Amino acid sequence: MNELDKKHLELTRVGIEFPTPKGPFCALKDVDLKIAKGEFVSLIGHSGCGKSTVLNIVAGLYQATSGGVLLDNKEVNEPGPERAVVFQNHSLLPWLTAYENVELAVKQVFAKKMNKQEMKEWVNHNLELVHMTHAAHKRPDEISGGMKQRVGIARALAMQPKVLLMDEPFGALDALTRAHLQDSLMEIHAELGNTVIMITHDVDEAVLLSDRIVMMTNGPSATVGEILDVTLPRPRERLALADNPEYNHYRHEVLTFLYEKQRKVENVSTKKASGSKKGKEVA
Amino acid sequence: MSKEATMAKVTALDFKKTLSSDFAKQILTAVLLPFIGLIVFLLLWASTAKNIDTSLGEFPGPAQVYSQAGTLITEHFAEREKAEAFYERQRERNEARMKVDPTYQPKIRDYTGKATFFDQIWTSLYTVMVGFIIASVIAVPIGIACGLSQKTYSAINPLIQIFKPVSPLAWLPLVTMVVSAVYVTDDPMFSKSFLTSALTVTLCCLWPTLINTAVGVSNISQDLVNVSRVLRLSKLAHVFKIVMPSSIPMIFTGLRLSLGIGWMVLIAAEMLAQNPGLGKFVWDEFQNGSSDSLARIMVAVLVIGVIGFMLDRLMLMIQRFVSWDKNAVLR
Repeated sequence: MNELDKKHLELTRVGIEFPTPKGPFCALKDVDLKIAKGEFVSLIGHSGCGKSTVLNIVAGLYQATSGGVLLDNKEVNEPGPERAVVFQNHSLLPWLTAYENVELAVKQVFAKKMNKQEMKEWVNHNLELVHMTHAAHKRPDEISGGMKQRVGIARALAMQPKVLLMDEPFGALDALTRAHLQDSLMEIHAELGNTVIMITHDVDEAVLLSDRIVMMTNGPSATVGEILDVTLPRPRERLALADNPEYNHYRHEVLTFLYEKQRKVENVSTKKASGSKKGKEVA
Repeated sequence: MSKEATMAKVTALDFKKTLSSDFAKQILTAVLLPFIGLIVFLLLWASTAKNIDTSLGEFPGPAQVYSQAGTLITEHFAEREKAEAFYERQRERNEARMKVDPTYQPKIRDYTGKATFFDQIWTSLYTVMVGFIIASVIAVPIGIACGLSQKTYSAINPLIQIFKPVSPLAWLPLVTMVVSAVYVTDDPMFSKSFLTSALTVTLCCLWPTLINTAVGVSNISQDLVNVSRVLRLSKLAHVFKIVMPSSIPMIFTGLRLSLGIGWMVLIAAEMLAQNPGLGKFVWDEFQNGSSDSLARIMVAVLVIGVIGFMLDRLMLMIQRFVSWDKNAVLR
């Protein structure tokens, strides 16, 4: 990838401080990251290290206190549908059906560009992408956790975002459902070629899905520790990769970073984690 | 194998037994216990009433109240017959005059007999609904504004806290004077007593709806707010698509509390404003002071209670209809 390509999304010296009763809490400091168009990037790190904060800054939900984010050379300073978010707990509107949840996004984003029929087709097309056509007219409380997350992804994709932001999208799912959704996500990424930033705790997930894995140091003042390029050929097969030495090498790299270089002493880490949570809540 | 079969039989039997005992328990809690409670109350009432002597005679027991309820119903139908007879006579007279003089414009006069108990119930319901609807139309938007913005809430909160505990009887004289001063027309659509009562109800109905709406709106999940921000929903779309649906349960809790308070306030307001509803009925009977008065007031008390209960059920039904969460436990 040449340097020009890498300028799609640019984070430059991003830092954020949250006011707390004990004075400002510095959650992030000097986060630098350049992401190319169509790239799949994972953010991995221990809990409380500020991964979600990075994502929320890119989404525009938080304002960086120093540095800034550029998307196609335009500064990001408010949330918008060109940076669609898939939330950890799906965040579907519980009073709307799967179809209506996606429709709400489509109506908002394509109000002037599509007529009614086109909108309908576009909603159905996106539900089909995530294999949810059969339950299009069910409410979130009538479908399983995995299905809710699929609808959440469909809603985000339907906005035709420049960047798809995923905050631990499969964190709350069981292992089998998660594997299923990872496969679906790879298919979709291969088909649409979206730029994706995904937060994860799961080393296998990161290696399987990503072009690059961004490993973050522990907070406070968390920043980018190491970046690992994953050059495994696509399409990737989870079964075939299980015995692949290259795959295992990548896994090993990430595990080494997490458990040797950035090992956490447990009692301290829990304190810090709760500290950063509090900071978020205050913000 | 036979042992297994007997085991299966035994469990099936046990299952049947528990099923039937569950059913018995349900009957007990749903029918029998409320019935027993009612009987005990009636007995206590009957025995105590006999021992209370008032200047209007013995305090009415269940039997007297029952017979007065019957009297009120017969009085209602008697009055209706009189009204019909009046209109019939009027029609005949007009027709007779039209025959003599075809250019004659017939005059239709309203029957001016006294309001029956049922007319008064209707007036009360109408008045409380008008007051309640005015209050809701004011309180829900302000509540939403308070829930959305901490600043608005801080500005309005002291007013809420000060006016919330004020008794309707303190408002009533002020409302009466303002209505008489402001509502001056030659051909009034509403009577002043009606407006005074309805507005007093409004003043007391505002607060529970306002407070509960504000709490409901301020407790919307941050995730849903984030969805709205990512979609860049306009302020209005945010309110109608995200805020209102998710705070419907709390809004309705407020509305139900408000309607309950409004119904209580109304009776007092009608007594003083002389709006021809149940409050005026109670007051008139009290002033009348016949030997039947107390029993008739007791009928009104029971009717007021039953109507209050039914109003609450009505709101519950509306809530079920409007709310998206059909599985929510509503009580």
